[in-house]
Amino acid sequence: MATTPKRPPLSPRAVVLITLIVGVALPGALFALILVLSAATKPLVVEALIRKFAEVDPATWPYTTLVSWGSVVVLALILLTFGAVISGMTVWWEMRVSARMQSRIGYNRAGAAGFFQWIADAVKLLFKEDLIPAEADRMLFRVAPYFVMTGFALTFVALPFGESLIAADLNVGIFYLVSVTALVVVGILLAGWSSNSKWALFGGMRSAAQVVSYEIPAGLATMVPILMAGTLSMQGIVRAQGAWPWQWFVFTNPAATVAFAVFFIAQLAEGNRTPFDLPEAESELVAGYLSEYSGFRFAIYFLVEFGNLWVMGAIAATLFLGGWQIPGVGPEVYAAAKGAGALPAPGWWGLQALSMVVMVVKTLVVLNLIVWVRWTLPRIRIDQMMTLCWKYLVPVAFVTFVFTLLWQVLVARQPALSTISGWVMFAGFVVVTLLFARQTRANIAAAGDHVDMTNW
Amino acid sequence: MEKLILRRVDRNNEEMILNFGPQHPSTHGVINFIVETDGEVLRKAVPDVGYLHRSIEKIGESTGYHGFMPYTDRIDYVAAMFPNEGYAMVVERLCGIQVPKRALYLRAISTELCRIASHLVSIGTMTMDIGAFTPMIHGIRERETINDLIEALCGARLTYNYHRIGGVAFDLPEGWRDKTLAFLDHFDKFLVEFDRLISFNEIYIKRLANVAVIPGPMAVDYGLSGPNLRGSGVDFDLRKAMPYGVYPEFEFDVPVGKGMFGQVGDCFDRYICRTREMGESSKIVRQALDLIQQAPEGDIVAPKVARNLKVEAGEALSRVESARGEMAFYLVADGTNRAWRVRTRTGSFTAMGIIEAISPGLMVADLVALIASLDVVAPEIDR
Repeated sequence: MATTPKRPPLSPRAVVLITLIVGVALPGALFALILVLSAATKPLVVEALIRKFAEVDPATWPYTTLVSWGSVVVLALILLTFGAVISGMTVWWEMRVSARMQSRIGYNRAGAAGFFQWIADAVKLLFKEDLIPAEADRMLFRVAPYFVMTGFALTFVALPFGESLIAADLNVGIFYLVSVTALVVVGILLAGWSSNSKWALFGGMRSAAQVVSYEIPAGLATMVPILMAGTLSMQGIVRAQGAWPWQWFVFTNPAATVAFAVFFIAQLAEGNRTPFDLPEAESELVAGYLSEYSGFRFAIYFLVEFGNLWVMGAIAATLFLGGWQIPGVGPEVYAAAKGAGALPAPGWWGLQALSMVVMVVKTLVVLNLIVWVRWTLPRIRIDQMMTLCWKYLVPVAFVTFVFTLLWQVLVARQPALSTISGWVMFAGFVVVTLLFARQTRANIAAAGDHVDMTNW
Repeated sequence: MEKLILRRVDRNNEEMILNFGPQHPSTHGVINFIVETDGEVLRKAVPDVGYLHRSIEKIGESTGYHGFMPYTDRIDYVAAMFPNEGYAMVVERLCGIQVPKRALYLRAISTELCRIASHLVSIGTMTMDIGAFTPMIHGIRERETINDLIEALCGARLTYNYHRIGGVAFDLPEGWRDKTLAFLDHFDKFLVEFDRLISFNEIYIKRLANVAVIPGPMAVDYGLSGPNLRGSGVDFDLRKAMPYGVYPEFEFDVPVGKGMFGQVGDCFDRYICRTREMGESSKIVRQALDLIQQAPEGDIVAPKVARNLKVEAGEALSRVESARGEMAFYLVADGTNRAWRVRTRTGSFTAMGIIEAISPGLMVADLVALIASLDVVAPEIDR
């Protein structure tokens, strides 16, 4: 009996269209809301808005506090949503990239190029049974994901998105970020202990050892841009850098290049990414601290792990890669565009959006680099992980720290030094990139292969 | 066994007993390792085998001689040509059947392709156990082509049932030779690419070099064979040492562990032996595809092998260089149409024996590397 093939409910063209619309509109809307709200939650702007739209004096109006608090709450919710959405989209991107690296097709079912797979996965995890092992420490087992989630969500408070686009430009911004990200390890350790599983315990202990160790080189490497900028504020660090690549901190100080490498490695380790994915090493510990988790609790760990990629990228871009600086647009341009009134002029919003684009692009480049690393390298062993940290990264980070102290003294006397270093290091970077590209081409040719972008 | 360990462990110290398996991502099948650990360091790892025991030897005693052939596939489903060949050879030896030249070439071609496929799985899963996922998929991708080729040859992709007592089941299909040669050209390049991708990756070398060193004499003592033995620097390959079939006609090298990045007999030596062996197998297949053209077409199975084969009383032993080491079939016949005893010796089973001796002092991650480097396959251990 011939069965007629079931007609898909939507034509392929419609699927592509819907995917494109959602894929652009969802993050686009979130970015737009962040753009508007992070500028609009500043007290002065809130008051100006109240004056303009409610036509009352905000000083005497009884609901002023309510409105300003409300806008902050909405911004917080938007940032949380952004974290979740970007985490899901990172999963999709990572799966597509890894599929290409591995001659696989990858996600291709839900939506065009499987773009909606992350939504489907999240919904599936929501409906899964929330299983707690019989002998587990129930309270700690339930609490652990919240620590992880909190540590992740709090980072967005001090994460810059653009020139004036930051929830709170704390004057201890980077210090705050380092401390709240450390909260994640508390959750992981609790998960490892409370699961009452040997694999989870292994994972938790490994994670504790790893994250706590790598905090030190990460912190020391962070000191380099802090010294160069003379401030802990995230926006202050970005403002201390120029917009062009040779004006970024990573190039203007030879030690900062090394510090960036140390920082990047330490970030990989803190984010439990390959080659430092020992805490959940699948082939050794089954799933490490995640072994006993299921359903939504698992989803939270999953979300945080991938959402952290964005955080890692954004912090690296801020500290070393010039953040949101637009070439040719200095602080005076922003001031001029803002106008004299309490409410900024439209041109200013455009500049803000542009700075956001710059920041997002830089973040995504770093994020993609982390994805490449994950699908290329094997995992190191725990003793090697410790050796790398304490014998190599910590001393190197110290050297860059001390070198930067001297460098800053020198630069104060001879400002041209930093410009020369910027040019030389940037030229070196370009040469290395070109050599890398050439080697890649040669390798592809040697394998009798060719680059095929048609099946993306 | 578990009770033994439990009694010995002092509950007041910090040792922990871990059941590493039977369901574990890196035990390569249902094998259990009872592991005593002190934190990350192993005190001891004792393999607990038998979860996949299917009485294949006993089945060999209750089915006819021809009928047992499909069961031999299941002894080693990753490289099913070797038990096929080993079993066919032992019956031929007992009955004095002369196998046609063309069938011997076909056996060499099929087994060497199968060796490549098996090693691809082995080194692929090994890289995955070390934590790199991409090389494994690349290996599986190449294996897929071999599966296609073997499917064209015998109709099956996993349990081939291709060899017959007295020859093989099918001759080369049309165009198969060119396809295979094209694949081998591609494959030789792939091996170079694979080396660049993972073999000489610094982290990979650091994970494997000087880990779980098995010195040559110890490997001999524990009866290791195949790449595991050669990884320890012992140059013993049945295809060279006791040639069977048409192997004397081929020119190929036997890669031996040289301690490229550490001591001879470490995990890296075993790994690199396998990658180099794939290149040698590729050479053998090329030569066999050349030589087979001289053998008359269609002459692939010895004439007059009775359907209901009755073997005169006697005993015989065949030894085949399988992908996982020496695979020996020992057969005792009693004059009926059933074997009186079929005994199989497999490389994986002997490899399991050395784990307990090697494991003290390793780390948990090293145990995974050790199991992967020994290339054990659960059904081959238990049969």
